[in-house]
Amino acid sequence: MSGKAFFVDLTKCTACRGCQVACKQWNKLPAEQTQNWGSYQNPKDLSATTYKVVHMKEIADAKGNLAVWAFFPEQCRHCIEPPCKLTADAYDNTAIVHDPQTGAVFFTEKTKALPDFNEIREACPYNIPRQHPETKVMAKCTMCLDRVQNGLLPACVQVCPTGTMNFGDYDAMLAMAKKRLAEVQKRYPEATLGDADSVRVIYLYPVDPKKIHQYAVASLDLPLLDRRALLARLTPFHRPTV
Amino acid sequence: MQLRRREFIQLTAAATAVTAFGGLGLDLSEAQAGAQLLKLRQGKETTTICCYCGTGCGLIVSTDEKTNRAINIEGDPDHPINEGSLCAKGAALFQLAENDRRVTQPLYRAPGSDRWEPKSWEWMITEIAKRVKATRDATFVKTNAKGQPVNRCDGIASVGSAAMDNEECWIYQTMLRCLGLTFIEHQARICHSSTVPALAESFGRGAMTNHIIDIKNSDCILVMGGNSAETHPITFHWVMKAIDNGATLIHVDPRFTRTSSKAHIYAPLRSGTDIAFLGGMIKYILDNNLYFKEYVVNYTNASFIVSKDFSFKDGLFSGFDEANRKYDKKSWAFELDENGVPKRDMTLSDPRCVFQLLKEHYKRYDLKTVSSVTGTPEEKLLEVYKAYTTTGKPDKSGTILYAMGWTQHTVGVQNIRTMAIVQLLLGNIGMAGGGVNALRGESNVQGSTDHALLFHIIPGYLPTPRANQGELAEYLKAITPVSKDPKSLNWKQNQPKYLASLLKAMYKEADLETAYKWLPKLDEGQNASWLVLFDQMLKGQFKGFFAWGMNPAASGANAHKTRQALAKLDWMVNVNIFENETGSFWMGPGMNPKEIKTEVFFLPCAVSVEKEGSITNTGRWMQWRYAGPKPAGATKPDGDIIYELFLKIRELYQKEGGVMPEPILGLNVADWGDGHTFDPHKTAKLINGYYLKDTVVKTPDGKEETVKAGTQVPSFLFLKDDGSTCSGNWLYCGSYTAKGNMAARRDKTQTPEQEKVGLFPNWAWCWPVNRRVLYNRASVDLTGKPYQPQKPVLAWDAAGKKWTIDVVDGGGDPGTKHPFIMQVHGLGALFGPGLNDGPFPEHYEPMECPIAEHPFSKQLNNPTALIFAGEEKHRAVCDPRYPFVCTTIRVTEHWQTGLMTRWQPWLIEAQPQIFCEMSEELAKLKGIQNGDKVIVENPRGQLWAIAIVTKRLKPMKVMGNTLHLVALPWHYGWVWPQNGGESANVLSPSVGDPNTGIPETKAFMVNVRKA
Repeated sequence: MSGKAFFVDLTKCTACRGCQVACKQWNKLPAEQTQNWGSYQNPKDLSATTYKVVHMKEIADAKGNLAVWAFFPEQCRHCIEPPCKLTADAYDNTAIVHDPQTGAVFFTEKTKALPDFNEIREACPYNIPRQHPETKVMAKCTMCLDRVQNGLLPACVQVCPTGTMNFGDYDAMLAMAKKRLAEVQKRYPEATLGDADSVRVIYLYPVDPKKIHQYAVASLDLPLLDRRALLARLTPFHRPTV
Repeated sequence: MQLRRREFIQLTAAATAVTAFGGLGLDLSEAQAGAQLLKLRQGKETTTICCYCGTGCGLIVSTDEKTNRAINIEGDPDHPINEGSLCAKGAALFQLAENDRRVTQPLYRAPGSDRWEPKSWEWMITEIAKRVKATRDATFVKTNAKGQPVNRCDGIASVGSAAMDNEECWIYQTMLRCLGLTFIEHQARICHSSTVPALAESFGRGAMTNHIIDIKNSDCILVMGGNSAETHPITFHWVMKAIDNGATLIHVDPRFTRTSSKAHIYAPLRSGTDIAFLGGMIKYILDNNLYFKEYVVNYTNASFIVSKDFSFKDGLFSGFDEANRKYDKKSWAFELDENGVPKRDMTLSDPRCVFQLLKEHYKRYDLKTVSSVTGTPEEKLLEVYKAYTTTGKPDKSGTILYAMGWTQHTVGVQNIRTMAIVQLLLGNIGMAGGGVNALRGESNVQGSTDHALLFHIIPGYLPTPRANQGELAEYLKAITPVSKDPKSLNWKQNQPKYLASLLKAMYKEADLETAYKWLPKLDEGQNASWLVLFDQMLKGQFKGFFAWGMNPAASGANAHKTRQALAKLDWMVNVNIFENETGSFWMGPGMNPKEIKTEVFFLPCAVSVEKEGSITNTGRWMQWRYAGPKPAGATKPDGDIIYELFLKIRELYQKEGGVMPEPILGLNVADWGDGHTFDPHKTAKLINGYYLKDTVVKTPDGKEETVKAGTQVPSFLFLKDDGSTCSGNWLYCGSYTAKGNMAARRDKTQTPEQEKVGLFPNWAWCWPVNRRVLYNRASVDLTGKPYQPQKPVLAWDAAGKKWTIDVVDGGGDPGTKHPFIMQVHGLGALFGPGLNDGPFPEHYEPMECPIAEHPFSKQLNNPTALIFAGEEKHRAVCDPRYPFVCTTIRVTEHWQTGLMTRWQPWLIEAQPQIFCEMSEELAKLKGIQNGDKVIVENPRGQLWAIAIVTKRLKPMKVMGNTLHLVALPWHYGWVWPQNGGESANVLSPSVGDPNTGIPETKAFMVNVRKA
């Protein structure tokens, strides 16, 4: 396979959040107003101004004791066949572009003219796309295309101290991922690679990815439908049911 | 390979495979790329070193040459320590410089006023200088109560700053000492002051033994008394490499943290019980003969015979004076033979030899007892002991990474001493991948300590002169230790050369006797450390105060006491980047500005990337930083502020005269700048030192050569005691020589052997004499053969008759000199008779503890701890109203009081508010849900926090009872952000270690309830 890929080795992540901040620094994205919600993690979720969030989750063993404190720097997977682009192409095939050299999936300014953001979001098996509430431009990780095209590493990869974030040619990253998986299986018997053949951001999960995050691996659950249904239950008098 | 955009397009046009992609709309991404890269390309690029923790990571700053503002700051891929990586704080450095909330002009607060007024620099500097002069003239003490000459100014105190560059620290302490101040303190007192005497007593020098990259060489990494992944995140760049090479990572901590998340073994312990935990490890090593015998016999004082009068009974060593809470240490002395050399029993069997006394002392530290006190399950203790002691094999090395978890206790020094003993027994000192590695938490706290912004030392760790040393000769005698052992280099016998060169750096024209008389003298036995300083301030001793690059109202223990003390001042100078709890104390919670007479002068300073100078990292690397953007608004580099202030004070003394003006008029400020602007290069050259007279020196090939006056001294080996050389700090002699600025070197060339251990001898410069691993002579046997041949730091080249790889610690052929050259007797100290609370570490409970007795002795607390009369009633010992152990903690995203991180939107986004970590069990007990607001309180104060209810904390079984621990980060304060919360130090007690006075902010008692 041509193009580029990330290999994200979660067995090495210390959640220092260098990547989360470096992403904002390079892209000059504003901070969000947050509150502590009983977690080290903030912001709670991705947004049009947060392309990368390090999720932190305490996973218990059968007795209810801490088994793993899992860290998951979430970002766009830059799918090899990106469904967001397939969906957007029906309206404007230049709104979401697919860089031929790297395979980066890139949301352009033109995404603001797409008729239905939810359609794009629901197309994503990882629940990544977000829309800016004012400009209506859709946003997510850009693979730091500007850096990569000039021979620099993506900001989140260069900043990573532990070797969690890696970037290079797709084949090399996949090989690295497979080699590392074999190495860590003794310490982490549940370790697995996430959707390695269909994405350009290959995560190595130390435990079952579903325990770490609902959309860690491609999911057929439609996130927005879930959310709408939930919202409908919570506020039956204010919103029409879907 | 770097592809330019044009080449990229040509390539893609030629390729056919691109059709596999969508491949449209490239014009847009190109425009995007171009715009972004413009930022990098158009900017001026400068290198800098991160201003947060002491790791010393390199960054590249891009500055827009039109606006002179930073446009991008990111990790420097060429830097050998971080190799381009950064943590959240380093990645947010851009927002420290480019921040609308920086104070960019001087502010003045008049007595009784409720607001700041903008003022000009000229007005501020003049007014401050007038107050300094008036206060100094009014409070100057020429002779003390005993009639001894002391020449000191008792009415002004100073704290700060590890945030300044080396050159700034040096001129700052010089100015203060020239004015006669003795109450000179800073961050180092409250963060790592306990490290210095612990390591100096054990090995001879007070600094981290190895360096950051060296962590990769370790076979077993113990993180205890620290949380390296969060506080020094880039250490994990190297921890991960060690793990990849098969190393074991162990984390021992009251909380399961981000460090524990990567550890092979995690063991919980109750805060304040580290000596019990490690005492158990010493017993385990001795019981199972796991020590490295050849090393222990040859390189430690295990074989020394201790005085017959030495004893230890029920928690007290011999010589205790209960009334004065101190020891007479006479009975802890070694027995000397007829030549004055310590008597040794190389079989280690004499019942009074150190080795046997050590065995005897720790025989009480069995697994069951240790477990009952620490709360660590016995099987966990064993697991840790077993894993770590495998490094006792000659070719294996284990390292310890620690920080405040050990230092900030009333047994802080002895916590570190216990590990020093473990490391000496296992033969881990001097080795690649070994050492006792104090991770220092401020970018230049190593440098600010070296340059002695502390009451008890003057630059280069020379002791501050005392009133009973009125004459130079008396002082020189006291700093010249004598050893009769021909194998002991006893390096400190050279100290008179260093003192003479320091005096000449300060007072070039004065003779040594006069210059010495001008130095302020402390009274004998006087303690002027942090807690004492604020206690005296509360009692009204000081009229004036400098809080320079420090925020004591948030950083000091018992913050309310500190804040009340500030209200007793006539005037305060606060130099900082942002508004803070100290400068603005008069409008803080519970304060009525109308009633507070303290005048406050707030001087806004430049940030690190806006100025030039050097800083010294935790591994003693002195690294040069360059100015990128210009100082924002009217801010100025600290160096300029100090320089201008001193020139103004001098001008006043020139015009008006005053009390003892001689030192002020005689100070060598010509080497600080050009008369208007501070010059870090000139100052760095003065700190290195130069010849004051034409001098004949011997070259390495034995020839004699005349060196002209004004030539830089090449190393401290050439410094003289006769006043013919100057050097502001002997440790830095060699850093700025005729070859140039060594700290600015960026040469990664290494020999293959150096590369194997990551020594990088040509990158920057490192004290002493560019030696990268201290005590490296202990890494080879008596024939010069490395104990770890697979990762040697030193080796003897018999053919060439020279030492290779690192710069050898000491000189001479193998086996001819002892390896610990700074020790009088030349050996590592298992028995340390110089400390104030005992030659062996002993478990004592924190001054505030949850239990009324412990099984090791009847002595509940450290009998010599620093306490203040009248404060007992504010302490909670075994008090059912305050049943939970509280510890102050740090998170990756913030730094210290938060002063340099709370204002960055990206960091406050990531960690917005103070929180209280607690177990699910405690939350259930108190009816608290995750995310609830809770109140944490004790007799000293109260604060709110957001509850983080977590599985990462668990209740502990301590002496049969269930005990809960809570943790509060101390990075917040009332000034900013509005909903951030208060400093955790409103709860911590003003009690201190008997050796250094470091406050016990890591273990005290609180109650927690739902708000």
